[in-house]
Amino acid sequence: MADMTAQTDATFRSPKRRRGGRLGRVPWYVYLLLIIAVIICAFPLYYMLVVASVGASAVTSVPPRLYPGTNIVAVARAVFDTVPFVRSLLNSAFVSLTVAVLSVVLCSLAGFAFAKLQFRGRNALFILVLLTMTVPAQLSVIPQYLIISMLGWVDTLQAIIVPGLASAFGIFWMRQHMSSTVSDELIQAARLDGCNSWQLFWRIAFPVVRPAAFVLGLITFTAVWNDFMWPFIVLKSPEMFTVQIALKQLQANRTVDVALALGGSFFATLPLLVAFAFAGRRMVSGIMEGAFKG
Amino acid sequence: MSATTTPVPTHRDRKQPGKQPTRVRSSFVERVAPYAYVAPFFIIFGIFGLFPLVFTFFVALFDWNPIGAHTFVGLANFERLLHDSRFWNALGNTFGIFVISTIPQLLLALGLAQLLNNARLRWATFFRMSMLLPFITSVAATALIFGQIFDRNFGLINWILGLLNLDPINFLASRLGSWVEISAMVTWRWFGYNTLLYLAGLQAIPRQMYEAASVDGASGWQQFTRLTIPSLRPVIIFTVIMSTIGGLQIFTEPLLVSPESGLTCGAGRQCQTLALFLYEQGFGQFSFGYGSAIGVALFVIVVVAALINFFLITRTQGAR
Repeated sequence: MADMTAQTDATFRSPKRRRGGRLGRVPWYVYLLLIIAVIICAFPLYYMLVVASVGASAVTSVPPRLYPGTNIVAVARAVFDTVPFVRSLLNSAFVSLTVAVLSVVLCSLAGFAFAKLQFRGRNALFILVLLTMTVPAQLSVIPQYLIISMLGWVDTLQAIIVPGLASAFGIFWMRQHMSSTVSDELIQAARLDGCNSWQLFWRIAFPVVRPAAFVLGLITFTAVWNDFMWPFIVLKSPEMFTVQIALKQLQANRTVDVALALGGSFFATLPLLVAFAFAGRRMVSGIMEGAFKG
Repeated sequence: MSATTTPVPTHRDRKQPGKQPTRVRSSFVERVAPYAYVAPFFIIFGIFGLFPLVFTFFVALFDWNPIGAHTFVGLANFERLLHDSRFWNALGNTFGIFVISTIPQLLLALGLAQLLNNARLRWATFFRMSMLLPFITSVAATALIFGQIFDRNFGLINWILGLLNLDPINFLASRLGSWVEISAMVTWRWFGYNTLLYLAGLQAIPRQMYEAASVDGASGWQQFTRLTIPSLRPVIIFTVIMSTIGGLQIFTEPLLVSPESGLTCGAGRQCQTLALFLYEQGFGQFSFGYGSAIGVALFVIVVVAALINFFLITRTQGAR
């Protein structure tokens, strides 16, 4: 009992209540090392901003320029003149949002079925899902491309959207959260009240796992926004490019203006940074909870 | 977990025949419903995931030009692959980059997770969020920015080397140099994510176990090796498996590392990975058959890696 009070006292004093974790005064060098880690994480992004706001001279000056300048509008204009960058941003936004929303719906449904419903072949099918997580999709890009061209989808956005909907990781994620946060008692009680399985999903299970579904949506959005190889293979014309492919195109012009590619990188990353500023905290806790349950 | 607990209520229902909903459940619609819920995934996955995987093995048996003819050539593609020094080169590069990116990445993550795992740490949310910044940055952007940082003439690294009176390094010219540059990108993008996974694992260890260990006189290092590492084992295995899969997929970094390096990642193929080699053969040379043979080789490597992982897991479990 004395143990308990000591613990609550300690957690009370900490800025936020956290489970587990060691106690004890935090030595100064911990902060020093962590701040170094933060600098390492943030510096490449900061450097991108520097180049994007200074222009070509930033990457050829000795010593290197390490603070931002005032040329951001000029660099932006150069980027937007070289490639249809606005179009690329819109393409990326459309594709990422569509895949994130639809795949969260599909994965929630399937995850619910795997976690809470009985059906024949359930375990075999789930093992199949797990196995697909361990096989990199790249190894079958050639047949994937053949299928896409058979469907006449080469150089269209659905070539990215439709295959992206089947996310083994998403199903795994939703199943873990469904089975750990939706209690069997709750499901059973709802059954007794006459809920069918759709009502169980929509009224009982989904509301409970909505935070996890939101984090999955964020992770999916980020992954689709950042995906490179598949869009690089199936998209051919600049009007169809996602931002990542537009970056590759800007790089081809690098001999003309070195700042173009880095400026483009900055504008391609900015939307995610803004989203992260709002939802990053939930993403962090979502990833940590996912690990804890997985 | 749920597989063992859910049958219990069914049992209870049978003992109480007065309850109506049992009949609802056994209705046809309710029996088919679970399949309807998983069907969209499996249909899409079947068409765009499973079928292409199987089809890779088929295409690999052909001399398959996307516009021209498909001629059945049997195992000739595989025979050619085994004697292709470019393939062994790409395999070596993939493995080398995997090793020098994964090991520092996971050690760094373990150390940082230890630092973050203190309930009295201030600005904990700020530190954790910062760790995810690289994760939300795209590989393409990462490759471009690191390409500049490692640049031969104007890169920051060579500038610092110059301040120290050292000769500048042309990273991309040498095998090891280009591996280091690409590994730096991979490490940077993933160490923060892994830190959070390890931190979650550390927080699941009850504080009392550490207290008991220190009462028993265990030093900090002993606590780390005897208590922390064994408790983290599942998370460590997970991260190692994920890094293995990720390592085999490295494509964008060597492609974008410099505008001149092209599909071979340098004239000497210093940093061409297997995924890039596959792309070069399939979409650069339009030999879909040979490209698919590389895909099959990748599949074999995945299976071997999975077996090694499995062997190591059962082995270490047996030892304990």
